[in-house]
Amino acid sequence: MSVKELHKATQSQEYFVNMGPQHPSTHGVLRLLLTLDGETITKVEPHLGYIHRSIEKMCEKDSYQQIVHLTDRMDYLSCHMNNEAVCLAVEKGLELEVSDRVKVIRTIMSELTRLSSHQLWWGVMGMDLGAITSFLYGFRDREMITDIFEETCGARLTMNYNVPGGVMFDIPANFQTKVKEFITHFRKKLPEYDQLMTNNIIFRNRTEGIGILTKEDAISFGVTGPSGRASGWSNDIRKSHSYSAYDRVDFKEIIRTEGDSFARYKARIDEMWESMNIIEQLIDNVPEGSCREKTKAVIKLPKMEIYQSVETARGELGVYINSDGKKNPYRVKFRSPGFSNLNALNTMAKGGKIADLVTIMSTIDLVIPDIDR
Amino acid sequence: MNREELQDKINSFGIEVSFAESEVPTQFLTPEVSSENVHALISELKNNSDTNFDYLFCQTGIDFPDHIEVLYHLRNTQNNSEIVVKAKIEDRENPSIASVSDLYKTADFHEREIFDLFGVKFNNHPDLRRIFLDDDWEGFPLRKDYVDEVNIVEL
Repeated sequence: MSVKELHKATQSQEYFVNMGPQHPSTHGVLRLLLTLDGETITKVEPHLGYIHRSIEKMCEKDSYQQIVHLTDRMDYLSCHMNNEAVCLAVEKGLELEVSDRVKVIRTIMSELTRLSSHQLWWGVMGMDLGAITSFLYGFRDREMITDIFEETCGARLTMNYNVPGGVMFDIPANFQTKVKEFITHFRKKLPEYDQLMTNNIIFRNRTEGIGILTKEDAISFGVTGPSGRASGWSNDIRKSHSYSAYDRVDFKEIIRTEGDSFARYKARIDEMWESMNIIEQLIDNVPEGSCREKTKAVIKLPKMEIYQSVETARGELGVYINSDGKKNPYRVKFRSPGFSNLNALNTMAKGGKIADLVTIMSTIDLVIPDIDR
Repeated sequence: MNREELQDKINSFGIEVSFAESEVPTQFLTPEVSSENVHALISELKNNSDTNFDYLFCQTGIDFPDHIEVLYHLRNTQNNSEIVVKAKIEDRENPSIASVSDLYKTADFHEREIFDLFGVKFNNHPDLRRIFLDDDWEGFPLRKDYVDEVNIVEL
């Protein structure tokens, strides 16, 4: 804000409130400078960079195998998809075809990650609106997925399971049983989410008609993922630019037209059902084969440019690699979904009340490391 | 519309563009354009009913020894065709280019990021400030000649 604007603003009834950088509902270190007229928001100005680690610069010094490990520190709730994006890009550059087994394992793991991300989002969204119980429900169910991840790759968060050429280890013997147990469990528990929140009249009043984003704005701002699809924009990368095993499963792309907070909420709930459908179609049909293709210890990509996008729990994650033929990339760019989604916050929140800002921020599901990178 | 048709279409806009010839075919059709013409080309690509690239899904910069490139990844949301526009800025000392934030709202943040990390000045951008780093930060970290005294990367 310039001095002139500040001067003009101090002459009026408007005043400023700093929301964050330490605020429970920003889910990380994000500072929003709010311009308020009474309780009505006239402007939201995000201030970023509190955890900017310059991952793109670090990538320029790292080998392609090392880059994979940096990506799960971006959107830590979609770490598996982030890893997959880089691996797919490198494989595209090497013209390396991974086995069907790897494709199926990657798809199952990605969908499990999506489920666990949405469960956490659902829990914290309830808490943002004052419902503590949802947080406990969300974490109870998430725990089962986290246990599966721990058995598969030894980590509960930031799993580095994907490597260029496949996955690091084969799935354990009881993987299928455990995943099926979870699906049976969660199919019973997901209706509870609806009972607790979706059909709650207070919740409905706080979300319906709040923070409307039109389809034109969603496209112009590049709001992808469930947030964009709730505005009626079909943007699912799994459908439009199919990768891994998504072309062999049958699933619906959840599209809603209202564009309000409730539509974004419902889009994620419905997406959880679809994720379970995808996993169920694949879990009994994991093909035999090698789980890791041999790659050279030092991967060198030819002089080329690659762009690979995947659908994370938040939207389209793009990896752009510019290679000059050496063992390190010349330039890496991550098109992170949260960065573009946050850009639209001002449009959604303007004219609304300050209490609704928390709702809107919850429904676009911000993960700050993903934004700051 | 396939690649050749799209290329012919772009040539018919009457804007000076060149298409890079390379041995390996590029992933997307990549018209290269000078920094003066980039706004005209992207505006035409967006508003022409045949091309209709209405979604800027990625915008970034690359620093080369003698010039800076700004890349615009565009997608048509109806038929998912994609194109990458490359704009070359010869002046590395004071790089400047027209902003496309009037065409795509998402360019607001992306251009601020490129300004922050590469020092490219976007003319007509509504609010061009550093986005990640402090306002008094010296230098532009993603440039290849940036010297970092602490250099956490090499530690």
